[in-house]
Amino acid sequence: MPDGGKKLPGTYLSEKDLRALPGLVEHTPDAKYMFSAGQAQSRFLQGLREGKILGVKCPRCGRVYVPPRSYCEYCFAPTGEWVEVSGEGEVHTAVVSYISTFRERMEKPEIIAVVRLYAPGYTGKRDEYEFPGMFHKLCGVSEEDVKTGRVIGMRVKPKWRPPEERIGSVTDIECFEPVKS
Amino acid sequence: MVSRPNIHVKSKVAVVGAGITLFRRRMLETPRELAWEAARQALDSAGLTLRDIDCVVIGSAPDAFDGVHMKGEYLADGSGGLFKPTVRVYVGGGTGVFVPIAAWWHVASGLCRTVLAVAEEKMSHARPHPQGVFAYIWDPVLERPLGPNLLWIFALEMRRYMHKCNVSKETIALVSVKNKRNALDHPAAQAAANITVEDVLNSEVLVWPVNRLDVSPVSDGAAALVLASENEARRVTDSPVWIEGVGWTLDNTHWYNRELGYPRYVQYAARMAYKMAGIERPWRDIDFAEPYDPFDYKELHHIEGLMLARPCEAPKLLEEGWFDRSGELPTSPSGGLLGVGNPIAAAGLMKAAELFWQLRYEAGARQVKKPVHRGVAQAWGDLMQAGTVVVMGN
Ligand SMILES: [Zn+2]
Repeated sequence: MPDGGKKLPGTYLSEKDLRALPGLVEHTPDAKYMFSAGQAQSRFLQGLREGKILGVKCPRCGRVYVPPRSYCEYCFAPTGEWVEVSGEGEVHTAVVSYISTFRERMEKPEIIAVVRLYAPGYTGKRDEYEFPGMFHKLCGVSEEDVKTGRVIGMRVKPKWRPPEERIGSVTDIECFEPVKS
Repeated sequence: MVSRPNIHVKSKVAVVGAGITLFRRRMLETPRELAWEAARQALDSAGLTLRDIDCVVIGSAPDAFDGVHMKGEYLADGSGGLFKPTVRVYVGGGTGVFVPIAAWWHVASGLCRTVLAVAEEKMSHARPHPQGVFAYIWDPVLERPLGPNLLWIFALEMRRYMHKCNVSKETIALVSVKNKRNALDHPAAQAAANITVEDVLNSEVLVWPVNRLDVSPVSDGAAALVLASENEARRVTDSPVWIEGVGWTLDNTHWYNRELGYPRYVQYAARMAYKMAGIERPWRDIDFAEPYDPFDYKELHHIEGLMLARPCEAPKLLEEGWFDRSGELPTSPSGGLLGVGNPIAAAGLMKAAELFWQLRYEAGARQVKKPVHRGVAQAWGDLMQAGTVVVMGN
């Protein structure tokens, strides 16, 4: 920079100064929302309540979308045929979270994964970049399994909540667990 | 690739001034004051006053960070935008490099002769932690019920990249070591330090494989550029820095439906920018780069997306010192987000400003060792989604 990097504008506060600041405003926004799940996701959620993972196929390009969409993003055409996938798939990537949504340290770490789902009729030959898949928690594996990389590529399936506890949400699947072979 | 411009422009566009505030957590200045400090400095460095400016472009990431509604309107007066055609642009973390892109099209189209481009972010307002603000970027139906933290997706992506390219955490940590060291020479820097790979590995594990020192800090700050048409630029300076190419794209938000080991969103944006700049071999024709580095692995990921290395090749080149300030292709000579800090939109614009200072040989102790003719800056935003790229030359 032209001034050779002499002092730049800006003044910052210490933690102590911050607490003593007369202008500090504590405020919790009281905003509530009721989201619509929409055309494709509603059917997907209904399927979860019945213990099924539903996807949808584009009649033009053959892509299978899980979770489903009403339209093909590539062809910009309405999607067609509904398909049920088994829910089995393989772990694309997995991590261990030690922090909460608000960055607090959690007592018990959680294992999070992206699962690439097997979808019959979806060859993936067109573009290895895309696949039907879900983002969820992983159970029945240890932190060590994640850190050594043993989980990547591991064959997994959904662990469903009992039917009476299902509410039509992604949480109707408790987690994905290893398929015992 | 064809070396024919893909966009028809009325005028070449130059950067003729740049300004920046300190990057720090908990700045006393309001967002508007920060914007004004950076804008005033950019005008001074161009030898212009606000009267010389035709249009204003403002960039700021989610309203939720500053905690005020409609930040474009809010920041307009501090950014010099009153009674001028003024607009705010926003593509999440990609915003900082989208600001010079939007400013470029204002001038290239012939609409404005001069544009003041300002980016501001104040993340430290949010309580208890700005991470909470990120809760609202997730899909409300499919993702939010799982109680996600934003770091999850980056950790998932980093883990995938490590697996796909067989890279160790030790190698990835070298990016943090390099960038924090480079930042020792940046007067705005918040997180400059001489650290070791062990320091990174021994820092708090947030979401394995991500440790505290793999991540850029929470920051406040602002940056600004002045852009001008060819005629205006030649009138005000002997050393204009030309914007040779711009590119931007969005991928979808269905990040769990795609290979996370390669940033497609960057590659598409980079192709557009290189085509406009007539660059056919970026790894040879680009002298230095400011790839977006909010996380250390992201710099490697983005170097590959920018086609400055082949897929999975960046870690090896990093180990060989290729990306050092004295290396073959210096990356983040500024110190990047890991070292200078990450007031989101301002951090991206800081990278574009670094191209300007490097290409004018005004970067002082940060000046890269080899002669520079052409640099590229890039930012990325939202759910592995937005890619923004700008190529500049002297
Ligand atoms: Zn289709």
